[in-house]
Amino acid sequence: MEALISLFIRAVFVENMALAFFLGMCTFLALSKKVSAAIGLGIAVIVVQTITVPVNNLLFNFVLREGALAWAGFPDADLSFLGYLSYIGVIAAIVQILEMVLDKYFPALYNALGVFLPLITVNCAILGASLFMVERDYTFSESVVYGIGAGVGWALAILALAGIREKLKYSDVPAGLRGLGITFVTVGLMSLGFMSFSGVSL
Amino acid sequence: MSETRKVLLAPIFANNPIALQILGICSALAVTTSVNVTIVMCIALTSVTAFSNLFISMIRNQIPSSIRIIVQMTIIASLVIVVDQILKAYAFEMSKQLSVFIGLIITNCIVMGRAEAFAMQNPPGMSFIDGVGNGLGYSVVLLFVAVIREFLGAGSLFGVEILATVNNGGWYIPNGLLLLPPSAFFIIGGFIWILRTVYKDQVEENDFTMKAHVKKEAM
Repeated sequence: MEALISLFIRAVFVENMALAFFLGMCTFLALSKKVSAAIGLGIAVIVVQTITVPVNNLLFNFVLREGALAWAGFPDADLSFLGYLSYIGVIAAIVQILEMVLDKYFPALYNALGVFLPLITVNCAILGASLFMVERDYTFSESVVYGIGAGVGWALAILALAGIREKLKYSDVPAGLRGLGITFVTVGLMSLGFMSFSGVSL
Repeated sequence: MSETRKVLLAPIFANNPIALQILGICSALAVTTSVNVTIVMCIALTSVTAFSNLFISMIRNQIPSSIRIIVQMTIIASLVIVVDQILKAYAFEMSKQLSVFIGLIITNCIVMGRAEAFAMQNPPGMSFIDGVGNGLGYSVVLLFVAVIREFLGAGSLFGVEILATVNNGGWYIPNGLLLLPPSAFFIIGGFIWILRTVYKDQVEENDFTMKAHVKKEAM
């Protein structure tokens, strides 16, 4: 249990998807102008991340890994080269299903998340979390915790950046740095702040 | 011919994918701590972008628009698998260093963005060149960042020591910050500043402009 909590803290703060690994940067920079949009996107990322990482973990352990197909009578099969194609397929399918389920049963939530859900398929943070999960060989329970942690960390980062940018638009920035340039510098400073978590462990 | 030239060269500075289109930053920054790794990443990305543009453009009239995203994804993912397998076979050390970032080319917005914005409307030859051009635009920014980070952060280029560091009995105290993630953001921010000082039309509008001070004591 302690190991899982420690993993969660590490995924949220120390190995923050956006600020330490630069993942999901495109949406991170493009959609962080307003706090309201950032909240919607953040929640969508947490939800998708929590589902896709464990599902990809099952897929890897029971279908793709070397010798994993023994239960189906193929003990020598090694399908790990199909990894990328399957993970992205799973992510795209889950996002699609989630969109339909939300539309049917939770229309209010669907309207709030609506535009952001399809964007998530091509968010590198989602695929990145699955790939890290495979590379670090997490167990199923670890992958659930890691999925939630990675999602929360990303949401936290975009929320903080949106808050800063809402204030930043009143400031007098040199012409060439205006917009994207100053945003990069801001993210750099935030990243510097998050570096101070690097020794933290439970 | 001049049209081809424009398609090839425009993305390098005038319409840079990273600095202006905000595409493909995701995997760009994490691999820039050493120049060697960066070059491999640039070659991988440029070839994936070029070939995915080529193939998608070849079948653009057959793809039904409702499922085009998944078709593009499949083509891109297959190309990335090919690149990954080649790296694993011929440059295993390198592929370990790049870890998940080769896989992340799949979700690199440059590849997807160019497929959607250019290859779906243009003939294969032109799309291939557009892919190469955008790959080069990405490479220019990445190499710029990587050279600064490796030179000042470790005192070396391409793994060869240029500034003798203190640890090895020399005089140069390496700036450790440049090997950490934040520096990449600062350097890209600076790159954008330089680029926009040269290409003035890329400067963004201010949401609010400050009024000049009118009271004496505020001056």
